[in-house]
This record gives sequence, C-alpha cells and structure tokens, in this order.
Amino acid sequence: MKRIYFDHIAATPLHPEAFEAMLPFLKEKYGNAQSLHSLGQEASLAVEDARAAVAALVNADPAELVFSASGSEANNLAVKGLALARRDKGKHIVLSAIEHSSVLNAASSLDKLGFKTTLVPVDGTGLVDPAQVEKALTKETVLVSVMLANSEVGTIEPIAEIASICRARAVAIHTDAVAAVGSIPVDVRALNVDALSLAGDQFYGPKGSAALFVKKGTRLQPLVDGGIQEAGRRGGAENVPAIVGMGQAAEVARRLLPERAERLRLLRGRLLDDLPRRAAEVVVTGHRERRLPHQASFCIRFVEGEGMLLHLDMKGIAVSSGSACTSKSLKASHVLLAMGLDHATAQGSIVFSLIEGATAADIDYVLAEFPPIIERLRKMSPLYTEYLKERSS
Amino acid sequence: MIYSDKVMEHFSNPRNVGTLPDADGVGQVGNPVCGDMMTFYIKVKDDRLADVKFQTFGCGAAIAVSSMVSEMALGKTLDEAVKISNDSVAEELGGLPKNKMHCSNLGADALHKAIEDYRAKRAAGVRKGEAQVAHPAQKTDQGCPYCDGPIEGIEEYCKKCQVELEECAHCGELTNKNAEECTHCGARIA
Repeated sequence: MKRIYFDHIAATPLHPEAFEAMLPFLKEKYGNAQSLHSLGQEASLAVEDARAAVAALVNADPAELVFSASGSEANNLAVKGLALARRDKGKHIVLSAIEHSSVLNAASSLDKLGFKTTLVPVDGTGLVDPAQVEKALTKETVLVSVMLANSEVGTIEPIAEIASICRARAVAIHTDAVAAVGSIPVDVRALNVDALSLAGDQFYGPKGSAALFVKKGTRLQPLVDGGIQEAGRRGGAENVPAIVGMGQAAEVARRLLPERAERLRLLRGRLLDDLPRRAAEVVVTGHRERRLPHQASFCIRFVEGEGMLLHLDMKGIAVSSGSACTSKSLKASHVLLAMGLDHATAQGSIVFSLIEGATAADIDYVLAEFPPIIERLRKMSPLYTEYLKERSS
Repeated sequence: MIYSDKVMEHFSNPRNVGTLPDADGVGQVGNPVCGDMMTFYIKVKDDRLADVKFQTFGCGAAIAVSSMVSEMALGKTLDEAVKISNDSVAEELGGLPKNKMHCSNLGADALHKAIEDYRAKRAAGVRKGEAQVAHPAQKTDQGCPYCDGPIEGIEEYCKKCQVELEECAHCGELTNKNAEECTHCGARIA
C-alpha cells in the first residue's frame, strides 16, 4: 500500500545527515559535555557547534540559546521564566487565544501566584490584531506571548508589529515559533523579540531537541535549578545526541529552506484549491496568504475528524485533526473555536502538513481517495441528512 | 491502533446505516459539542424490532457502537432490547478506550429513546396520557470524560487533567462543571 505522511505538525522524519551526525554520540562519543577530559571536551565542542548552527538558522548569537527537551519546555521556560523574573513590576500576562497548550497552561499555572492572563481574540482567519494586543496591555503587564505561526490553521502572525508595541511599553515579548522555524525564514532581530521557542522535530531533527532563544541581557528565572549548564538557565546534563542532531538539521534547513518551502507551497496549493472543488461544504481554515508553506487545513462539514483520519490511515495517508474525538481531552480545538467556528464544523477538522519528499503523485492520491471517504461518512451523518432536508425545503 | 479489531471491523463496515422514513420510533442522543451524535430509527412488528437503522456523526468508536447496537437489537422483543446496555455493547466490541466510554458509547441510550418514543406514541394513541416511564440510562463509572484518568466515585475534579467535574442534573453523568452543556446528554448546565 502507498504510504503518505502528511503530519509534519506532529513530527518530521529525521534527516539522514542529522541521523549520521548523531550516531557517534550514541556510541563511542558518550562523554558528559561538562567533563574536563577529552571525551567530555569532544561532546562540549559538538554541543557548541550545534548551538552555532541553530543560532544561525534564526540569526541569533549562539550564547542566546538555551537548549531544552521539547518545544513545550521552551515555552514553559519562556512564559514562567520571563514572568517570574518580572513579578515585582507587575503580574499581568497577555496571550493570544490560539496559543499552544504549553503556553496557555504555563500562564494559568501562575494564577496561584497572583498573575492574571488576558487572551487576545483572533479573527476568522486566525490572525491576531496588534491593536488588540496594545489594548490589552495594562500598567501591570510584564509579558506578551503570541505564536509566530499556528500549526493547526497555518496562519502566520504579525510578530514584528506586536513586538514594537511591546518595546514601546517596556513589556517582554515571547513568540512560540515551534511551527515556523525551519519552514519559513525566521530572524530574531527582524522580529525584535526577547524570546523565541523552536523545536528540532519540526525541521527534520530528532525528538527531544528544542531551544529557547533569550535575547542577551534579558532576565529569566530558570525552571530547572542545577549545575552551570546552559549558563545556569537550565540545569541537567546536555542531551548531546539530540542537540547534535538538531544542529545538523538546522544547517540543512538553512541550506534548503527556500527551495523546500517553494516546492511544498506549490503542492500544498493544489490541496487548498482542489479539495473544495472535489467535495461540497469544505471550509479552508486559516489565512490564505499569511500561511505556513507546507500546511493545508480544512473543516469538512457534517463529518467528524477521527472517522476521516482512520479511513485515510487505512488508505495509507497519515494526517492530524483538531476534533474533540481525536484529542485525549475530548475537547474540540480551542483554535478553531476562537476563530468563530461552531462546534459541529470544528469537529470536521482535518490538517494536511506536507514533508520534504512529497510529490505531485501524493497530492493526486489524496485528492482521489479523500472525497469518497467524505461521501461515505456523510451518508451516515444525521447532520448531513438534516442539511439535505433543509436545503430541499 | 487504539481500537480493537472488532471496533475497526464495525467502523469500516457498519451494519444498518440509514434512516427509516416511516419509522415507528426515533431516538437521538449526543450533540456536536462533545463530538458524537446518534439517531436510531426502529420499525416494530408484534412487539419485536423488525428493522433498525441508524445515523451517527462521531468518532470511530461512536460509529462502531451504533453498528453493534443495531445488530444486537435487530429481531429482539422490545423488553429484550431495553436490556441492552452501553456496557454490554462495549463488551461485545472487545472493549473501548476508557476516554471513549462516556462520550461515544451512547448507542444503547439512542436505541432506548427510540423504543420510548414508540411506546409513548402508542400509549398516546391507545390510552391517551399514559406514556411509559423512560428507561433510565445505565451509569458507567469508567473515568474522567475528558481524559482516561481514573475517577473514584464522585470527585469534584479529575486529578489527571484537572478538569472541574460535576454530575449533570439531567442525566447524572460526570461532566465539565464549567462547560455550557453536558458532555453526555447535551443538557444546558446552569
């Protein structure tokens, strides 16, 4: 059976160059990067090379990167670390309504310390209005966190505009760029942010590799107290193989990004354009232009995401959905609801996110196999029956 | 795979899908908020279920459950059919993931509602004003409706996912205290 993996937003495959780079550090180069002997120094050098490569991908200084074990950890370190270091100044945080749960829940965990959070709404395309962020700021606000791109709907947010508002008010600004780094050009100087999260498994690096950019001179309270690793900002022995793998993946991403993005943008465009032509009542979610190049997301009305996902899987196509049933929490995607979609429509969420190596034949296959699945599930949907009845009367 | 082979088999080839325009009874449960909706249609002949059809909007489990219920119910007397419980359906399917037990395992409820509807209509026709008492939905103490975390008895919140819980005044199942509608039955929560 044909196997098509269109679930980039969940995890990317490991790039062969990253895999090769990691191997020695899983075998003979097992030293602790803090050890003074040569095995340790070998690991330390590799970690610093990787740091430089990841920094180059986002135009940061290597010393401004703190490695972490996941994008979620980077987001936690940013939200809690920046807010807590500023608690004497105020206890108010501003987030967009469509942030990743690791940002939303990190902020709400500070409630018990007296912090208050304001969620800024998004429009129907998932876009945050910088003017709304400005309106949400109070004298108490110490941190704004808005994601650079939303993986579920693909929308790219106006972070530079939001950052300049924050600068003028001396409020720290963090952006969760996990879905963006490696897929679109990201420049921490141009974005003018204080902190930015990224994760290796979103650009063909290994799982368990991520980092937080923290602008030089920015106060940050560590989450993991320990040794002097990561300049005291994150204790614990460095995960050398993962860091090395991410470093190599960052180098590849920097080299291939424009070509990779352009190729996937063209293929993805066919999904966005053709699927709504091949099936009725298909809603494209997210912004048409300000959009991750590899991402195509839809809400298929009158059917539920998990059923589609399982049928697509049986055809060898791996995708994501934001429906309540596919999530362990059994709640519909907060992103889609924040964009104003009703519950029934949000349950029909389906997200295709292309990976390197995707072909035109893959897109043809999806466009051929998916509409009959929709048709089949609609035939057993009471909502569709209702819709047909209403339409004919 | 999160589902048993039996669930996947029923999901892939659901039995008795459709509607019955001249149904003797219709029962609907669920709502799009929790993601699952089921409608059952029944034809009754000599106190037996001569035909059963269903339509389901929902996950793999919800579709498989509906299919299994329709298969179990077909040909049974009404009294036998009301004894089909959500738990026995889950068992027949080789089990369901814990977090699907509350939201997706509603097929028996929908069938019972259709039978209730039939009996109420008949009672209204034959002996006006003496509708039969509804068959109470079986309670399933399986876990938190939001995650698969364990819930012992009635707790105010799930220790695992921290959702605040309460018993729905309408159906008695656990639901999110802060939600507008009950996850289980869709009733408005004051």
